[in-house]
Amino acid sequence: MMSTSIYNTDASTTDNYLNHTKGVFSWLFTLDHKRIGMMYLVCVLTAFFIAGVFAMLIRFHLLTPEGMFMTQDQYNQAFTAHGAMMVFLVIIPGVPAALGNFVLPIMLGAKDVAFPRLNLFSWWLWVFGLIFFLLSLAVGGLDTGWTFYTPYSIDKTSSMGGVIPALAGAFVLGFSSIFTGMNFIVTIHRLRPAGMTWFRMPLFLWATYATAIIQVLATPVIGITLLLLIVERSVGIGIFDPAMGGDPVLYQHFFWFYSHPAVYIMILPAMGVVSELIAVHSHRHIFGYKFIAYSSIAIALFGFLVWGHHMFTSGQSPLMNVIFSLITFSVSIPSAVKVFNWLATLYKGSIVFNAPMLYGLSFIFIFTIGGLTGIHLGTLATDVHLHDTYFVVAHFHYVMMGSALIGFIGGIHHWWPKMTGKLYNEFWSRFAAILVFIGFNMTFFTQFMLGSKGMPRRYATYVDVPELQIYHVISTIGSVIMAVGFVITAIYLLESIFRGRKAPRNPWGGRSLEWQCASPPPWNNFDEQPVVGDCYDFSVLEWDDEEQGYHWKEGVAHPGEEESEIE
Amino acid sequence: MTTAEHHHHDDQIGHIVPVKFLTLICCILLVFTAITVWVSRYDFAEINISELNIIVALLVATFKATLVGLYFMHLRWDRPIIGFIFVGSILLVVLFVGMALTDSTAYQPDIVKGDTPKVAQAIDELKH
Repeated sequence: MMSTSIYNTDASTTDNYLNHTKGVFSWLFTLDHKRIGMMYLVCVLTAFFIAGVFAMLIRFHLLTPEGMFMTQDQYNQAFTAHGAMMVFLVIIPGVPAALGNFVLPIMLGAKDVAFPRLNLFSWWLWVFGLIFFLLSLAVGGLDTGWTFYTPYSIDKTSSMGGVIPALAGAFVLGFSSIFTGMNFIVTIHRLRPAGMTWFRMPLFLWATYATAIIQVLATPVIGITLLLLIVERSVGIGIFDPAMGGDPVLYQHFFWFYSHPAVYIMILPAMGVVSELIAVHSHRHIFGYKFIAYSSIAIALFGFLVWGHHMFTSGQSPLMNVIFSLITFSVSIPSAVKVFNWLATLYKGSIVFNAPMLYGLSFIFIFTIGGLTGIHLGTLATDVHLHDTYFVVAHFHYVMMGSALIGFIGGIHHWWPKMTGKLYNEFWSRFAAILVFIGFNMTFFTQFMLGSKGMPRRYATYVDVPELQIYHVISTIGSVIMAVGFVITAIYLLESIFRGRKAPRNPWGGRSLEWQCASPPPWNNFDEQPVVGDCYDFSVLEWDDEEQGYHWKEGVAHPGEEESEIE
Repeated sequence: MTTAEHHHHDDQIGHIVPVKFLTLICCILLVFTAITVWVSRYDFAEINISELNIIVALLVATFKATLVGLYFMHLRWDRPIIGFIFVGSILLVVLFVGMALTDSTAYQPDIVKGDTPKVAQAIDELKH
C-alpha cells in the first residue's frame, strides 16, 4: 500500500513548484499553495522593509531632545504608518499566510489547501490592502496611531486625508485574514492524512489552527468597527463622536475586542514555529506535546476575555477594570506552559546552534521578558503610571517584534531550504541572528527604562527632560545594529538563491512530512497521501554524509508499512 | 476506523429536508412575525410594564432565530460540533456586548455633558 516512492524526490529535482509553469501570470493567478505562500512572503517582507524605514526615521528623529528633522505632524504620521503597516501588513499575515500557506498542506501530506481559489483571493485582498495603505500616505497621511482612536480619527478639521483609505485598507486586510483562517480550519479538519490524529499533528498546525479560530471569530468585529468609523467620519452618525452623543470609549471596546485577540493571531503561529525549531534543532522529542497543543487553544480562548486591559485609564468603569485585570493574569498560565515545555525539550538535547535555533532561543528569552513585563501592565496600580509611556512600547515590541517577528524570521530560516531548494551561508546567518538579538535588546530594553522614568509614547520631542537623551541614543544605536542584521540576512538569503548549495530533502533532521518530500517540493507535493506516525520521534532518522542531510534509517519501517505488517 | 474512512462518511451529502416541512417552518415564522407586529400595537404602560413590547419582540425573535438555525441551517441534524460552534459564537457576542454595555452604563454618571470648565478655558485660550 505504501512505498518510499511517495516520499519522492528524485523525479522532482528537475520538476518542482518553482519551474512547473513559467511566466508572471502563472504566479499571480496560481492556485498552488506554495506559490501563494511565496508571494505572501515577498509581499510581507516588502511591507516590512517600508515599515522598517519609518521605524528608523522615528529612531533617528529622537536622537536629540528637540527632534532631528521631522515636524510634529510628520512624526505623528511616521509612527502611525510604521505601526499600522507592521500590524496589518506584516505581523498578522506573516507566519500564517506566508509560512503557513507554504508548509501547512505539505505537513498534512495534502496536495493543497481546502479552498485554493479562496486562498488566491485572500492574497489579492492583501495586495489591495497594501494599495489602500499606500494611497493613505499619498493623500495626506494619517496621524491617529495604528489604533485609529476616536476622536482623532473622526476629527474633520485635521488635514490628514489618509484616514478613510487606511480604514478601508485595514477592512480589506481583515477579509484576507478571515479567508486564510477559514481555509486553514477546513484544511486541518478535512485533509489530514491517515495516521494523523489530532494529537499527532505537528505543533505548528495546532498553533495555526488556534490562530485560525481567532481570525474567523474576532476579525469580523474589527471589520464592522472600521466600517462604522468610516461612516462616522464621512457622514457623522454619532456612534463614536461625543459631540453627537456618541461614545469614544465604546470605540475602544469595539477595537480591542478584535485587536487584543489579534495579538495572539501574531504570537500563536510564531509559538508554533518555535515548537518546531526547538524540537528539530535539538533532536529531542517535544516535551509535553498535549500541554503545548492545549495551551494554544487556551491562549486563543483567554485572548477573547482580556480586551479591557487596554482601557484601564480610558474611563472604563472600576468594576470592569478589576474583572479584566484578573482575567489578564490567567493568560500567563498557558504562555508559561509553553516556555517550560520548550526549556524541558532543550534539556539534554543535541542542540545545534544554527540560525533557526538561535532565533528559537532568542524567542524564548525575549518572549519571557515581554510576558513578564505584561504583568506590570495588567496590574491596575502600576498600569496607571506606566500607561502610554515607553514601557508599553517596549513591552509590546518584546512580544510583537522580538517574539512574533523573530519567530517568523526563525521560521523563514528553518523552511528556506525547503522553499527555495538552496542552503544559505551558515556563518553569516548565525552572525546576523546574534546581531538582531543584541540590536533588539539595546533598542527596546532601554525603552523600559525610558518608560519607567516617565517618557510618554508618541512624543516627537522631549525638551523638558534632556537627561533622557542617553536612553534614546542607545536605543537608536541598537536599532541600527538590528537593521544591519536584517540587511545582512536579506543579502545572504538572496545570495543563496543564486549561488547557494543545493539543499537536501531533510537538512535539519525534521520528522514532519514536509521534510520527506523534495527540496523544493514537487508541484503536487506527494504522489499519494502518506501515512504518518509520531512527528517528533527523531530516532528513526540518521545523518547521510553523501546527501548532507538526514534520511530514514535502513531497516526501519515507515508508519504505513508498520501498520500493514501488524495487520 | 481509519481517518480516511472517517472522511469518506463525512463526505456524504447532508440531511435532506422535505419541502413541505420547510414550508411549515416558514409559515410558523410568518405567524410569529405577525405576533410581533400585533403586540407592538398595544401599550403595556397601562399595566405598568412598559418594557413588555421589547421583551415579547426579543423572545419571539430568539424563537424564530432558533427555528431558522435548527431547520433552515440544518443544525438539528448536523454534528454536535457545528451546534457547539454556533452557540459558542452567540455566547461570544453576548459576552462582548454584555461587558461593553455594562461598562458603558457604569461610567455614564461620570460623563460631564458639554465641555468641562478646564476644556472650555483651554479652547478659549486657543481661539485668542
